[in-house]
Amino acid sequence: MNILVCISQVPDTTTKVQVASDGISIDRTGVKFILNPYDEFALEEGLQLREKFGGTVTALTLGGETCKEILRTALAMGADKAILIKDEHKNDSYSVAFQISEIAKTMNPDVLMLGRQSIDYDSFAMAPMLAELLGLPSISMVSSLTIDGNLITAERDIEGGKEVLESSLPCVISAQKGLNNPRYPKLPDIMKAKSKPIEEIPSLSTDARISTMAMQLPISKRIGKVSGDSESEISDIVLALHEEAKVI
Amino acid sequence: MKHIIVFLEPKDEHSLKRTSYEAITAAKQTGAEITGFAVSGTQTALQSAAEYGLQKVVLAQHLLLNNYSSTAVSEALSQFASSVQADTIFISANATGKEIAPRISIKLHAGFIPDCNELSNDSAMRPVFAGKAKVHVKSNTPITVYSLRPNVFTAKSNPSAGVSISSFSPNLDESHAKVKVVSILKNEGHLDVSEADIIVSGGRGLKGPEHFTLIENLAATLGAAVGASRAVVDAGWRPHSEQVGQTGKTVSPSLYIACGISGAVQHLAGMSSSKFILAINKDKEAPIFKVADYGIVGDVFEVLPVLNQKLKALLGK
Repeated sequence: MNILVCISQVPDTTTKVQVASDGISIDRTGVKFILNPYDEFALEEGLQLREKFGGTVTALTLGGETCKEILRTALAMGADKAILIKDEHKNDSYSVAFQISEIAKTMNPDVLMLGRQSIDYDSFAMAPMLAELLGLPSISMVSSLTIDGNLITAERDIEGGKEVLESSLPCVISAQKGLNNPRYPKLPDIMKAKSKPIEEIPSLSTDARISTMAMQLPISKRIGKVSGDSESEISDIVLALHEEAKVI
Repeated sequence: MKHIIVFLEPKDEHSLKRTSYEAITAAKQTGAEITGFAVSGTQTALQSAAEYGLQKVVLAQHLLLNNYSSTAVSEALSQFASSVQADTIFISANATGKEIAPRISIKLHAGFIPDCNELSNDSAMRPVFAGKAKVHVKSNTPITVYSLRPNVFTAKSNPSAGVSISSFSPNLDESHAKVKVVSILKNEGHLDVSEADIIVSGGRGLKGPEHFTLIENLAATLGAAVGASRAVVDAGWRPHSEQVGQTGKTVSPSLYIACGISGAVQHLAGMSSSKFILAINKDKEAPIFKVADYGIVGDVFEVLPVLNQKLKALLGK
């Protein structure tokens, strides 16, 4: 089975976000970058599929030089190959999806896996866009899956319940939390991964379909009325919810 | 925006999903021409959109649409939008919308702006970095697809004279129906956090699954959904469908009541856009108090019964 896992590098969740001097992006100074948590589920699933069906797991990312760190993590976890599409600018979801799809076309994967969203821009767009560009079916936000021959059966959460879906391969899958428990790479494998080859591919220029005009920090307008737990104070809160906030 | 196609979804035989009404309201605010587009729904449900100012609905009909294949739905909407030369598509960023909006943007060579919480005639604002920042985004293409964050564009009554419903036959084949829905399991009787107007959420401060009855009772009094922090879901006290936070659901209810939740960054990422937040925690330094509108420093075991009783009195229950 030929498994392609698309991963991305994102700022750590606890990052204090500041706007960079260009006014449209995040200031990278002092920011810790990590492998997008949802992509870890995708990588782990790819590795488990290889354990079950044999084949290769290729980890692919698009970005600058620092993105090699996440490819090394993928190799340490057990990926067979790592590819970096060298693109320092990462214009918009479309240009990322377009470039990945051009590489995927040359690889003909049976399963294309990625995380449901990247925790920086939260677009949830990559899986359906890739699928559309490749003319493939897709199932997003998958919390469990099984493959039997050419058939994939997947479960996903929807508002108020769960859906069970079926598709034939090849298929694009985006991973939801709960799909699996990603393995921790072992120290010997981390060391070995440092000297494994990473294939570098130049970026393809595409026009960005959307542009960021400005990035701002939101202004918090919370009332911030904190009180104790006496009965009269609780009564005041209930009254405030009714008369001030008008939510009850 | 000159002509907006708004994707509509039925909730039941009489009405559409609230997110569909929200999308209509958002479209009305632009002053553009609007056509509602649906792939299912009774006459009554589709006509209910008149309450929000919609006048025209197109119902696409094809055998392959019956199974809700996101590819088929995306193809049908794209074909319709092209046939009327619409320049804008509005889709709610709910589970269905997340699947179809990006596909439609590719089909129409359109810029895609996801999860918008503010719109202007030619641009949008949206939250990024789990709500820690926001960006102002513009499309560079003649056609643009916008997905709208649920529970932000409050549906506004603005009755039109009525809705005319016409039919559309898209050109679909098996290649558009490769994913089949085998079954749908509904969480019976439980209001989902992503659809609730009020959420009562519990964390480790509840000390054990058996104490979640305090949360459930308060939720029942308010007609609210029950939410949970990651810690209690990971501990197996509550199901993942209730988890609010970065690896759970992002919610924006009118009122979010956080009980025994410290307010870790990942949890805030899921609920910080709630209109009002009430936090109850015995630790006055808990980070949750920094984002709360109202806070009660106290033991949830003592506060929740009193709060429940006072709310019942207010609501005449």
